[in-house]
Amino acid sequence: MIALTDYLMLGVILFCIGMAGIFLNRKNVITMLMSIELILLSVNFNFIAFSRFLNDSVGQVFVFFILTVAAAESAIGLAILVVLFRQRRTINVTDFNTLKG
Amino acid sequence: MQNVYLWIVLAPLCGAVITGLFGPKIGRSRSHLVAISGVAISFLLSLVVVYQHILNGAAPYDSTVYTWMTIEGICLKIGFLVDNLTAVMICTVTFISLMVHIYTVGYMQDDDGYQRFFSYISLFTFAMLMLVMANNFLQLFFGWEGVGLVSYLLIGFWYKRESAIYASFKAFLVNRVGDFGFLLGIAAVLMACNSIDYAEVFIAAPMIARSTIQIIPGVDWSLMTLICILLFIGAMGKSAQVPLHVWLPDSMEGPTPISALIHAATMVTAGIFMVARMSPLFELSETALSFILVIGSVTALFMGFLGIIQNDIKRVIAYSTLSQLGYMTAALGVSAYPAAIFHLMTHAFFKALLFLGAGSVIIAMHHEQDIRKMGGIWKQMPITWFTFLIGTLSLVGVPGFSGFYSKDSILEAVYASHISSASFAYFSMILGVFVTSFYSFRLYFTVFHGETHIQEHLHETPLVVTIPLILLSIPSVVIGAITIEPLLFDTGFGSSVFVAPDHNVLGHLELVFHNSISFGLHGLIGLPFFLVLAGFGAAFYLYLIKQELPELIKQRFYKIYNVMDHKYFFDEIYQLFFVHCGQKLGTVLWKFGDAGLIDGLLVNGSAQLVVWFASMVRRLQSGYLYTYAFAMIIGLLIFLTWFITTH
Repeated sequence: MIALTDYLMLGVILFCIGMAGIFLNRKNVITMLMSIELILLSVNFNFIAFSRFLNDSVGQVFVFFILTVAAAESAIGLAILVVLFRQRRTINVTDFNTLKG
Repeated sequence: MQNVYLWIVLAPLCGAVITGLFGPKIGRSRSHLVAISGVAISFLLSLVVVYQHILNGAAPYDSTVYTWMTIEGICLKIGFLVDNLTAVMICTVTFISLMVHIYTVGYMQDDDGYQRFFSYISLFTFAMLMLVMANNFLQLFFGWEGVGLVSYLLIGFWYKRESAIYASFKAFLVNRVGDFGFLLGIAAVLMACNSIDYAEVFIAAPMIARSTIQIIPGVDWSLMTLICILLFIGAMGKSAQVPLHVWLPDSMEGPTPISALIHAATMVTAGIFMVARMSPLFELSETALSFILVIGSVTALFMGFLGIIQNDIKRVIAYSTLSQLGYMTAALGVSAYPAAIFHLMTHAFFKALLFLGAGSVIIAMHHEQDIRKMGGIWKQMPITWFTFLIGTLSLVGVPGFSGFYSKDSILEAVYASHISSASFAYFSMILGVFVTSFYSFRLYFTVFHGETHIQEHLHETPLVVTIPLILLSIPSVVIGAITIEPLLFDTGFGSSVFVAPDHNVLGHLELVFHNSISFGLHGLIGLPFFLVLAGFGAAFYLYLIKQELPELIKQRFYKIYNVMDHKYFFDEIYQLFFVHCGQKLGTVLWKFGDAGLIDGLLVNGSAQLVVWFASMVRRLQSGYLYTYAFAMIIGLLIFLTWFITTH
C-alpha cells in the first residue's frame, strides 16, 4: 500500500527538481519553462493525493483546470520564446538582462 | 482744527508723490512749484497752529484720526498731539524746509535728479511732521524711520560716487544700532503699560518708576531707567551723540541743501525732541538723566575740538552741529527741556543759514569745498558773506543774537543743576564755548578774509539762493530775543513738558531774568562772552595775522593732531571691532553655515543619500529572470514560515 506521505514526497521531489532547474539553469529558456511545468505538476500531485485520501473529487477537478491553464501558459510561453528568438537570435538566459537596474 | 493738522502733514506728502511719480512728465519748473507750494501750505498752516496754541493758549489737541488695527487689546492708531512743543517744532521744520526748497531751485539746477531731489525733501518734511505730531509711539517710530530712510536716500543722492554710497550705508547702519535700542525701549514701554499712547503711558509712568526688572537673573534694574536709557540710545543714533556720532560728518557727502535741512536743522534734532516729549518718563529716572548729561557734554566739547582741524567747509559745520547737539542733549540731562527745544529752534535757523551760506560759496567755487583754496571772497559775494557772518555770530553766541539766548540759558541751567556730574558738564560746555568760537571764526576768516587763492572773479549766487539766506538770517538774529520769554519763562511749554520740582533749574533762572534786553546786556559781562572773544582773538591772530603759526603748532603737537585727525580713532575702532568682526562672522557663516551646512549637508547631502541608497538597491535588480524567481520563492518561503509559526 502506498501511503499519502509517499505521494507527498514525490511532489516535494518534483518541486525541488523544478526549483533547481530554474536556479541552476543558466543556458536555456526552454529548460526554464519545463521547470515551471514540473513545479506545477508537483502541485497537481498534491491535489490528487489529498483528493484520493480524503475522498473529495474537487481536488481532481482542480487538477484538470490547472493542466488546461498550464497548457495554455506553455503555449504562450513558447510563442513569446519564438518572438524573443527572432528579435535577439538567442535563447540564452544570461543574455536577457534588459531589466538590470 | 483737525483738518488743519491733517493738511499740514498731507500737503508735503502730496508734493512728494506728485514730483516723485510724475516728475519727468510735468517737467522741472512745475515739479518745484508743486513741491514748494506743498511745503508753503504746510508752513502757513503751522503759523495758524502757533497762533492758536502759543499766542492764544489753546488747549492741547490730542485725538486719533484713524485706527489702523487692534491686536489683543493694543490699538495701533494714527493720531495727532498738538501742543506748544509740537507747534514750535512744526513751525521750525516747515520754515526751514520751505527755505531749503526754494534754495534747492538754485543749488540743484544743473542736476539730473532735480525732480527726485524735490520728491525726497518733501517726503522728508512729511515724515518729520508725522514724527513731531505723533500722539503714540508707533507713529513716532514711523516718522523716525521715515526720516532715517530719506536721510539714507539723500546722503546717497549722487549714487555714482562711491564715497556717497559708503556714507549713506554708514549712516543707515549706525542709525540701525540706535533704532534697535529705540525699538527695545518702545517694547519695554508696551510691556510695562500695555499701551503705546503717550497720554496713557504718561499716566502710568509713576507706577513704572517703582517697579524693577531682572534682565540678568538676580540683578534688579529700575524699569524706568531701563526704558529711558533704551529710548535715549535711539536718540543717540538719530541725534548723533558720542559714540554713535560717526555717521554725521560722513553724511556731508549729500547735496548741501539736505545737509542744512536734515543733518543740521531738523532730523538730527528728532532725538532731542523725542526726549523732551518723553519728559514725564525721563524725569523719573535720575540715572538716565545723568547718563544723558554726560553723553551730551562729552559730545559738546570733544566734537567741537574736531571742528578745529577740518578743512572741508561742510565738515567744519557738521562738527559744529555735533557739538551744538551735545549742548541740547546736556540741557535735556539737567531737565531744562524748554531750553533744549529753544536751542533746537535757534540752532535750526542759524545752522541752516550757515549750511546754505556754505552751499552758496560752494556753488560760486564750482563745487570746491576745501577752505584752504578759498579766502578773501567777501567783496565778491557780499550777501553770502554778510549772512554767513550773522550765522557765525549767532552760533558762537554773541549777546543779542539768537544763539546767545539759547546757549546761555543752557549754560545757566547746567550751572544751576545739582544732578551728579553737572559740574563736569558745566566745565566742558563752558570750554566748548571757546572752542566753538575758535573754529567758527577760523572757518569765517579762512573762507571770507585773508589773502585769496582764487584766480578767477567770483559772482554772487542768484536770487533763489540768496533770498533764503536773507530770510534765515532774520530769525537768526531776532528770534532768540523775541521768544526767550514766552518759551522759557512765561507759560513755557505748559503741559507738554513735565519737570520734577527738584529738577526745576529754569525756575532758578527765572528769578534773575527780567527781560531779554537785560539778559543780553548781562551776557556782555558774563564768562561765556569773554570766551567767545578769546576764541575770536585766537582765530584772528592765527588765521589772519600769523598764518604760518597753525602749521608750526600742528608739527609741534603732531601726536595730538594725529589723534584728532583720525577723529579719536572711532572709525578705526568700529572698523576693527564691528566691521571686521562682522565680515569674519559673515565669512564663517557663509563658508560653514551656508556653503557647508545648508548647501553641503542638507541640500546636496540629502540628494547624495538618495543616490547612494539607489546605487545599493539597484544591485538587486540583476535583470536575470532566475533572480526574480528566486526572490519570489524566498519571499514565499518567508511568508509560509511566518504563517506556520504564528498559527
